[in-house]
Amino acid sequence: MHKILEKRQLSYDRERDQSVFYYKVEAPEIARNRKAGQFIIFQIDEDWGERVPLTIADANAEEGWIAIVFQTVGATTRKLSVKFNVGDSIPVIVGPLGRPTHIEKKDGIVLCVGGGVGIAPLHPIAQAHHKLGNKVVTVIGARTKELLFFEDEMRDASSELIVVTDDGSYGRKALVTEPLKELCDKEKVDEIISIGPPIMMKFCVAAARPFGVPITTSLNTIMIDGTGMCGCCRVKVGGQTKFVCVDGPEFNGYEVDFDNMMQRMTAFKDKEREADHKCRIGLDAGKVSA
Amino acid sequence: MSEHKTTEMLQAEAEKLWKDLEGKTLTPKDRTAIPPQEMPSRDPIQRAHEMGEVALGYTETQVRVEADRCIQCAGAPCKKGCPVGVPIPEFIKCIQNGDYKAAVDTIKQTNLLPAICGRVCPQEKQCQSFCTVGKMMKSPEKAVAIGRLERFVADWERANNKITVPTPAPDTGKKVAVIGSGPAGLTVAADIRRAGHSVTVFEAFQKTGGVMVYGIPEFRLPKEIVAKEVENLKKMGVEFKTSFLVGRTETLEQLLDREGFDAAFIGTGAGLPKFLGIDGENLIGVFSANEYLTRANLMKAYDREHADTPLYDAKRVAVFGGGNVAMDGARMALRLGAEKVYCVYRRTRAEMPARAEEVAHAIEEGVDFHFLENPTKFIGDEKGKLIGVELLNYELGEPDASGRRKPVAIPGTEHVLDIDAAVVALGNESNPLMKQTTPDLEVNKRGNIIVDENQRTNIPRVWAGGDIVLGAATVILAMGEGRRAAASMNEYLAGK
Repeated sequence: MHKILEKRQLSYDRERDQSVFYYKVEAPEIARNRKAGQFIIFQIDEDWGERVPLTIADANAEEGWIAIVFQTVGATTRKLSVKFNVGDSIPVIVGPLGRPTHIEKKDGIVLCVGGGVGIAPLHPIAQAHHKLGNKVVTVIGARTKELLFFEDEMRDASSELIVVTDDGSYGRKALVTEPLKELCDKEKVDEIISIGPPIMMKFCVAAARPFGVPITTSLNTIMIDGTGMCGCCRVKVGGQTKFVCVDGPEFNGYEVDFDNMMQRMTAFKDKEREADHKCRIGLDAGKVSA
Repeated sequence: MSEHKTTEMLQAEAEKLWKDLEGKTLTPKDRTAIPPQEMPSRDPIQRAHEMGEVALGYTETQVRVEADRCIQCAGAPCKKGCPVGVPIPEFIKCIQNGDYKAAVDTIKQTNLLPAICGRVCPQEKQCQSFCTVGKMMKSPEKAVAIGRLERFVADWERANNKITVPTPAPDTGKKVAVIGSGPAGLTVAADIRRAGHSVTVFEAFQKTGGVMVYGIPEFRLPKEIVAKEVENLKKMGVEFKTSFLVGRTETLEQLLDREGFDAAFIGTGAGLPKFLGIDGENLIGVFSANEYLTRANLMKAYDREHADTPLYDAKRVAVFGGGNVAMDGARMALRLGAEKVYCVYRRTRAEMPARAEEVAHAIEEGVDFHFLENPTKFIGDEKGKLIGVELLNYELGEPDASGRRKPVAIPGTEHVLDIDAAVVALGNESNPLMKQTTPDLEVNKRGNIIVDENQRTNIPRVWAGGDIVLGAATVILAMGEGRRAAASMNEYLAGK
């Protein structure tokens, strides 16, 4: 059981009726051994809950907690956001899973590019590079101002922070790929780390390609066990089938077949929509009776 | 297909026989004249759409009749066929005397999970293949039904609350970590706890039981039976830590050095599922058997009303492979609502590694076997969804290294089977996690952990067994390795 120590709503997307939440939960064993880039799998019900992977957004080994950030995109995340409050416990969390980010001393810039909810998993990676003394330039972006979060956290973890929005409601009016291209053009960028929606990562890879700068992308595919056993999370990388859970979650962006990955992520879309719909009705009904 | 006999019909047949046998002193000739008792099973048409257990277990009369078929021959060849050396004639003798408790206790001298082994062991390839009665009848299928007898006494013990939980020896103060709660891990835990050492079993999943819970379906091994075995271990004082992935949550080294474990056993089981390496296998609708079965078993997705884990709706499902896992996948597909289920295997029925009983059950339930065929590519629509598979016909050629006749492709025989889901059941590669996080651990080129005759790895204080050593094997072989490892570990701990 993992007690929820803190709960914050980071953003609300009116258009899609989706929120992003920050939960700080007790998980001393995971906090002690986790490294940047790793993820956990949680369940809100040991018997009936589905297993959902989430990257660890922050952790504190001394205080024994980890932080997770999630978007309410399906029934499970929606139930988590409504039914689980400070003092409640999440019954199942396993981790840290996946290979940690490779962090090493670089001469040039480490460029961290995060979009939407992908800003959360990018945070510990920027932190780790920053801590090692690398020059970290971070670009965070979202459709509009209300969807941005972790601005202060990312500023603390970076040498320089660039904020962009699609509609120009905050920061610069641009897509994340624009500052990426400019920096690669003008400065010595040693590595790009891009985390966000698959389509954003795909465009970041395309933008980086002419400059030949190595680009790492972190994939958040559907998983069940998260330990290499089921193969549900497989993607084509460099022409070979790789398992995101044990071979990843980070891969050389130039080698990832994003189109195949995006297709595979739609495998249960109809079911998810249906479940989310039912869930919302259930939660609304709960509200009325309460 | 022969007509399905109900339990009542089989019971009536057994009663008739029992009338003649009861109280009589039987000669070996009398015994071998008794016809083998058929296992009662649920009606094939009905059961193919339900998750309940298919094989119902012998009635008590059937057990008495079947046990009387054992001639207590000299040498007990059956025992040689058992990976854990169950005292088979001895336990059958107890049944002949009507003492079921003594029978199950006799089995438990060497096999701690008889209710499970009685259900999932490939007896026709092990004990029953050596049975003298079967040899006389020239068919291992007519051997004494050792597994069914084993199952009966174990079920009888559980149903009548007669289970005796062994009392562990006085506390030694030594601590052992068991990694994985499958058949190997549970066996090791029991044997080591009995010797008075403290045992913690680490399981990555939220539920204990390993392959017996995520892989083997409810209709073949009810989860309640596995849960009961775990409960008994808890009563003995074994501690279980679920959702704990050794290697990641803590490394093996940390367990030994920081957490103070005196020894560890690695029983992490099979790992990464093998795929076919053909075009289209990352299409939506192509699943590994592990994923397909884990969704349905462990995550209970078959219960659409309660489970959050979704199932992939498919009307025409093809399963690739010829082992027990392929049979589980095919039979599960029927239960999940498929209208047509194919099993595609590149050899013939005779070469199938699956248990004969599972193949027979699959056929009875309506699985359509395509022998001597193998897929060449998966075909998808514009959205990346599977719509078909291209198959090639094969014929059997010369025997290969395994002694089985090698399937040879017949060029130009490509044809397409329309399907909307594919389940690949071709076995597993070993899981790389322990090796990744314990770099000094020696593994072979297939990634299986290398052990000596006592299941010791190259790392001091660390033993290993089960599928992580053997590659894909069976519950009973994993238990055999567990017993050997536990004996060696107990010896080591006693001398420490």
